[in-house]
Order: sequence, then C-alpha cells, then structure tokens
Amino acid sequence: MMRAFESPAASSQTVGAAGVARAELEPVPQRAAARGRAIVITSGKGGVGKTTTTANVGAALAAAGKRVVLVDADVGLRNLDIVLGLESRVKHHLLDVLEEKVTLDEALIRDKRSDNLYLLAAAQTREKEDVITAQMKALIETLRDRFEFVLIDCPAGIEMGFKNAVAGANHAIIVCTPEVSAVRDADRVVGLLPNDWRPELIINRLRPHLVKKGKMLSVEDVNGILRLPLLGVIADEPNVIVATNKGEPLALDATSETGAAYRAIAAKICGQDVAAPTVSLSGGSFLSKLGSLFGGRA
Amino acid sequence: MFDFFKSLFKPAPPSGETAKERLRLVLLSDHLSLAPDVIESLKRDLMEVISRYVEIDSANADVTFEHREREIAMLASIPITGVRERKAPQAFELVATAVAEPIAAPEPVAEAQRVAEPEPEPESVAEPEAVAPEPVAEAEAVPAPSAERAPQDELELAIAPAPPVPKPKSTGTTNGASMTASNAPIPRRRRRKKYAAAAAAGAAKRAAQQQAGNQASAQA
Amino acid sequence: MITSGKGGVGKTTTSANLGAALAKRGHKVILIDTDIGLRNLDLVLGVEKRIVFDLVEVVEGRCQVRQALIKDKRFSSLWLLPAAQTREKESVSEVQMKQLVVDLAELADYVIIDCPAGIEHGFRNAIAGALEAIVVTTPEVSAIRDADRVVGKLTDAGIPLRLIVNRIRPEMVKTGDMMSVEDVCEILQAELLGAVPDDEEVIDSTNRGEPIVLDETNRLAAIYDKIARRLGGEIVPFTNLSAPGFIGRLFTLWKAG
Repeated sequence: MMRAFESPAASSQTVGAAGVARAELEPVPQRAAARGRAIVITSGKGGVGKTTTTANVGAALAAAGKRVVLVDADVGLRNLDIVLGLESRVKHHLLDVLEEKVTLDEALIRDKRSDNLYLLAAAQTREKEDVITAQMKALIETLRDRFEFVLIDCPAGIEMGFKNAVAGANHAIIVCTPEVSAVRDADRVVGLLPNDWRPELIINRLRPHLVKKGKMLSVEDVNGILRLPLLGVIADEPNVIVATNKGEPLALDATSETGAAYRAIAAKICGQDVAAPTVSLSGGSFLSKLGSLFGGRA
Repeated sequence: MFDFFKSLFKPAPPSGETAKERLRLVLLSDHLSLAPDVIESLKRDLMEVISRYVEIDSANADVTFEHREREIAMLASIPITGVRERKAPQAFELVATAVAEPIAAPEPVAEAQRVAEPEPEPESVAEPEAVAPEPVAEAEAVPAPSAERAPQDELELAIAPAPPVPKPKSTGTTNGASMTASNAPIPRRRRRKKYAAAAAAGAAKRAAQQQAGNQASAQA
Repeated sequence: MITSGKGGVGKTTTSANLGAALAKRGHKVILIDTDIGLRNLDLVLGVEKRIVFDLVEVVEGRCQVRQALIKDKRFSSLWLLPAAQTREKESVSEVQMKQLVVDLAELADYVIIDCPAGIEHGFRNAIAGALEAIVVTTPEVSAIRDADRVVGKLTDAGIPLRLIVNRIRPEMVKTGDMMSVEDVCEILQAELLGAVPDDEEVIDSTNRGEPIVLDETNRLAAIYDKIARRLGGEIVPFTNLSAPGFIGRLFTLWKAG
C-alpha cells in the first residue's frame, strides 16, 4: 500500500481500510497546476514558538482560502493538535500512515473551523527514530500534490526529528526569540539546512519595553547575526497562553494584534506585497499595558 | 443551537479551567493509548448500559478517571431516578448497595469495592485479578443527595472485572476497561440453542424408544 | 538530572541557578551540559569564552576530565563540563555517561546534568547517569503534557523525581488564565520542589551571563536558595507568590522530603 501516499493518482481515489469514502476531502485535481510548497518551521531551541507559529500561520493561510495541511513532526511529544484544539479528534497519526496501517485520508483531521485546513498529528507513544526519512520525504511529496501549503512543525533540536522534518520540505521558516541561546541555536540550524535554501525569519516574543531599556536584543541585533529575510516580528502576548488553553489560534481572532501579525505573515508567504509585520518600539497605551502585564513584580 | 443558549446563560469558564480539562483528557488518552473519542464513547456506552437497568439522571451524571500511583481508576457517580423492569441479565455482574436517603440519622455508606487494592473487602465481589495496569471501573461513595431529590436513591456500583473469558468486549487495547461475564446466567441466544439441542435429543430418544417398542411388539 | 520534555521551559536556567545556589551554600557542584550540538549552559553562566575541552572529548579519552572542567570565578565550588557544539548527541553512549557521572561524583557533592529537550538519546543518556530527577515545567498545556511523558519515563526507569514549576504569572493564575502550581502538581502527580515566578530580569541576566542568584535584590535568589535547601533534605515552606509583599507572608503548601 505504498500507493497510498506515493502516487497522486491512487491517493485521490483512496478509500479507508474500513471502506469509508473520502467524504472529508473535496475532490482535488490529480495533479495541481503548481505543486504546493512544503515549509518546515524550525528553530533549534525549544519553546520559542514553532508550534504556535505553525498553527497560526496555517490557520491564517486557510482563512485566506488556501488549502493547507499541517504536519506535526514532533513524534513522542505532540502538541500541534492541542494548540489547534483538535486533540480529541486524533485517531491516527503520522507513523500509522508511514507504516501503512491507515491511509492518509483516514489520518488527516479536518480543522473544526476551516474546511481548508487539515492536520496530520504526530504519534505520542513512539520515538522520532521510528520515522524513516525516505518515507517521510515521500509523504511530504504526496501532500504537496494535494495541498497548496504543507507546513511541517519541527521538533526542538537538530537530531533525527529535525532531519526528518526537513526531509521533503523545500523551504524553511526559522523562529527565534530575542535571547542569546535562541539566536545561537537558530544560527546553528541555518547552517544545517540545504545550501540552496533561503530560510526566512520570524522573531517571536519581542518585549519592546525591554528592548528600549537595552535589556533585550533588538530585531537588528538578532538579524545582524542571522542575516535572514525577515518575515515578521511578533510581540510577546499573554493571550497566546490563553489561546493555547482554549485551543483557538489567535490568527482567527480579528481583535488580536498577534493574530493580525500572523495574518500578515501568511499574506507575505502567499507572495503578496505586504510589509513584514513589526512591533513598534515607541509610545502608546498598548505598550504600557504590555509593560504592566510583564512587570510581574509584587 | 442549544449550545448557543447554554452559552448565553452560563459564562465561559476562564481559560485555565478549560486548559485543565483538555489536559486531563489528553493525558488520559496518552496513558491509556486510547484515542480521546474512544474514551468519550466509553463513557457514553457505560451510561447507556446502566440506563437499561435503572433510570438515571444523565445530566447530573459524572464519569471521571483518577490517576492513582500510575494506575488509572474510573469513577462513576450516576444518580438513579427509578428502577426499570429487569430483563435477562447481561454479561457483567453488578454489586449494588443502595444508600438510603438520610432523613433521620444517615446510614453509613458502604464503601464501594476498590477492586485494584489488595486488602480483602467485606462485600461479596468476585475476587479481583491482578489488574494493576488496567483501568478499574468503580463508583465512589456519593455524597448525600440534596433535599430536592429526596425520594431518589443513589446507587453505588462496584463493577467487578471478573476472570477473563475468551473474546472480551473491549475496544481492542489491553488497557481498555474490560467488563466480562462471570457466573452470569446463560445469555438468551445460547439458552435457546441449548434447549433446542435438548429438545432434539429428547425427540431422538423418544423416537428410538418408540422404534424399539415397535420392534418389541412386532417380535412379540 | 534536570529535564522537562518541552524545550524552552527553563532547564538550563534552572541548572545554572540551582548549581550556583548550592555552591553559595558551600557545596561542591559540577554542572554537565549534555545538549551536544546546541550547548547553552556555558552561555547562561557566562563562561563561553573559556571552553577548551568538552564532554565528548572527555568520554573519548582525548583529555582528562579535570582539564575540561571550567571553574566558575564567582563561586569557589562550582564547575561546568560543557557540551560539544559540533558533534551529535549519539557521540556519547549511556554507558559512557554513567561512568562519567560516577567519576564526577567523587569530586563533588552534587552533579547536575542539564538535559536537552526531548526524550531521545540525550534524555536517555542523562537517565543513565542520574540518581534523581528534577522535572521542570511551566503552567501551560503543552509543557505539562510533555512533562507528563517525561514523568512516565522516569518512573518506568525507577528514578525518583520532583517538580519545579517555572515562569508562573500570579496575575494570570488569579484571573484563571493560567493553571496554578497546585493544578500542575495534581495533574502530574508529582511532589513539588519549587515554584518560580516569571521574571523578565532572567532574560537580562542570561544576556550578561550572570545567573540571577547573584542578584540578592531579586526575589529569585531567595527562591533558588530555598530549592537548594530542599534538595538537601530540609523542609522549607513555599513562598506565596500571589500575596503583595510576599516575602512577609509565608505558608506551607506541601511537606517536602
């Protein structure tokens, strides 16, 4: 059943092992006019916002009408499902597909808010070393034939999990926070990506009031080291925690500034000529409100 | 639609609460290696089965799971509103201790059988197997019902996992809660077959006797 | 070993500050950075310019362990064994790790293994060497979920563990937008070793390579000191993070030890 995800012709007619028809997926052309892009979202350092970024950029792209699939490559420590609020819908996962226990269609989970957005969850009780790189690559190739965007949420680190997440991708987004460890690790990761790639940068969790006081690296400091095209800068916002608590990506919240930033990033990814969203360092009650939230001192 | 009206009257809980509940389900699913929707089905099926025997107040029923020393116990608190006419007993055994509504002095509530624990319990429940890694279904002692529901009894259920029989009805994982037959009366389908077999044997015997009688009378 | 599953919750910061707090109390402490390929403990301690040899070279026998240990200039009894930066975690085996920790334990009162994120080779190496574990988590869904996996693996390996809940935002706990320390301990079914509030000064201290415990005016210095005492077996009341002027108001959440 390698046909299930190797050949686009077969995949569009695949029915589930239990005979369930592809009710969830609308008919997709056998081969799309242009193959979808497979973007790995990576960082090296853990906890900088890869999963949050994958979920939000994915949701924003889908809201803009693109067909998107999100792949959680963090085998053993999956979280993309929970950030999207889809954890109760996970029946099958990436390894089930790679090991041909189920078809791709059975494993893909449609988002509850958008018909254009699908998730392929990671296995929770398996190891990253269980994923065979060649199979992962083949799967991503198949997904590129069916979706306009394949976003791969990379695990922390630069070991097997990272290598598998990169396999099959043709572009990378580096997520980095303005902290020395994160910048160091991002730099290492850039060096490990294929030479012909031009990865783009998202600087996440900037705290403008700290940058102003000189207590946090600025955007220029970070990109002076990494020297990557800047896709966007996102301010640190406590609402991200709330959004993850609820499983509702901020990109779908019209009132959220962070959501707006993710939507702008999505637009840029689609090739629209928008300026990379940045965070203003000066003035405004918004920033003083931010300051009071982050002060945290008794 | 109903959810919309519900949300009008019941304010959304703070997201920390939501996070806790989602996390509990997710961790349970991770520990049991059961997909979350299977756990939900398990709860629904449990309520449905119990409601075949007794009428229950499903709106106030609660089925939760509790982690104990790295094993998981299922706790069911299910208010009973009435008793249905008993049909043929099904494939598992219920040990029920009715708890009277404490109008005068409250009766001490008999503790439901804790099947996973090794010490012997006074109630007559089938001796539990060593089922340490499997989740155990049991009911907690329920607090005294409120005055509004005074006429109703609350039933404590200890659902004992009996010695395993071939083909348990679990959903395919060894960690699933298994409720299996134990000393139960023979299910109706098998009884019919048994009676049919007995009837056939009896008919054959009578036929043989008659034939022998005919032969005997023929010879005589 | 100091582990978490999830990355970015504060393992390295905790390793550095706990090590420093123990050293301040007069104990001999050796910190080992096992995040081969993505080392950061040297950066957090501010000793990155003094690295000569690393963990991999020690286990491969290309240098003596004493040659690789970097003595911290601010604490008389704190050393760091840095990770290699251009190698992979598979360069060290579990057997080698175990032997290394045994060797180092003869030189110090505490050997603290700073574990990388994840549950792969680096984690398994750390388990091989460790006698007890500290699981660091933040009060967030993803972090707790990952911590739960780690707790499971540690329990299966028979390693006793305690919890540090890091980067707590009391104002968010109050509004119900963040889980409380009690919630986290209950969900993970683990004993609490310490509860550390979020403090943006930590970012600055890492920028400068000066562990926050060096700043006596910062509340985290006292909190890490308490954690160090609890690690030694003392029963120390937990600081109430939510009361205003909380230094003056203490209550016991848990009996430790």
